[in-house]
Amino acid sequence: MIRSELVQKIADENPHLYQRDVERIVSAVFEEIIEALARGDRVELRGFGAFSVKKRDARIGRNPRTGESVQVEEKHVPFFKTGKLLRDRLNGKQGGQ
Amino acid sequence: MGNRTLTRMDLAEAVFRTVGLSRNESAQLVESVLTHVSDALVRGESVKISSFGTFNVRNKAARIGRNPKTGEEVPISPRRVLTFRPSQLMKERVAEGNRRRG
Repeated sequence: MIRSELVQKIADENPHLYQRDVERIVSAVFEEIIEALARGDRVELRGFGAFSVKKRDARIGRNPRTGESVQVEEKHVPFFKTGKLLRDRLNGKQGGQ
Repeated sequence: MGNRTLTRMDLAEAVFRTVGLSRNESAQLVESVLTHVSDALVRGESVKISSFGTFNVRNKAARIGRNPKTGEEVPISPRRVLTFRPSQLMKERVAEGNRRRG
């Protein structure tokens, strides 16, 4: 499923909304998650999962082509942990609902 | 800023600010988004949200695990796990936003 298909499904369920507004709604949800992580916040969506930021320490890397050592700075990367309900549903357990 | 945990309520608030809907309907739409993404994954589909990232379902084979406390061997049955791969854009924004901070 891609973004446009997700928008279409939600638009079909909400005939009173303009498709354009559904697109804005879907974008707002994902945009809010990115903004939170960019601030260093986390986003916990019970049953679905949690988005957080992990710190990767600075390290000495190596240019794989030349073998030369390079200093890689500390950086922060997005991380997602699947929620229990979704994990159970993926494995055929009904759980919750 | 920097140590807060956002929930569905905050996402609903973002939707509420974007379109002229009630808070209640905004919350329902957030739930719809999560439900449709979850349902697609449970069907075994991957979910690709451009400029956000991709959720993939991976099949893990059965293996013998070990209880780290007792050393006892336990069978781990085959299972499906979810992985999330952030988009380049999301990685850049998260790296940039957190640079030179705790």
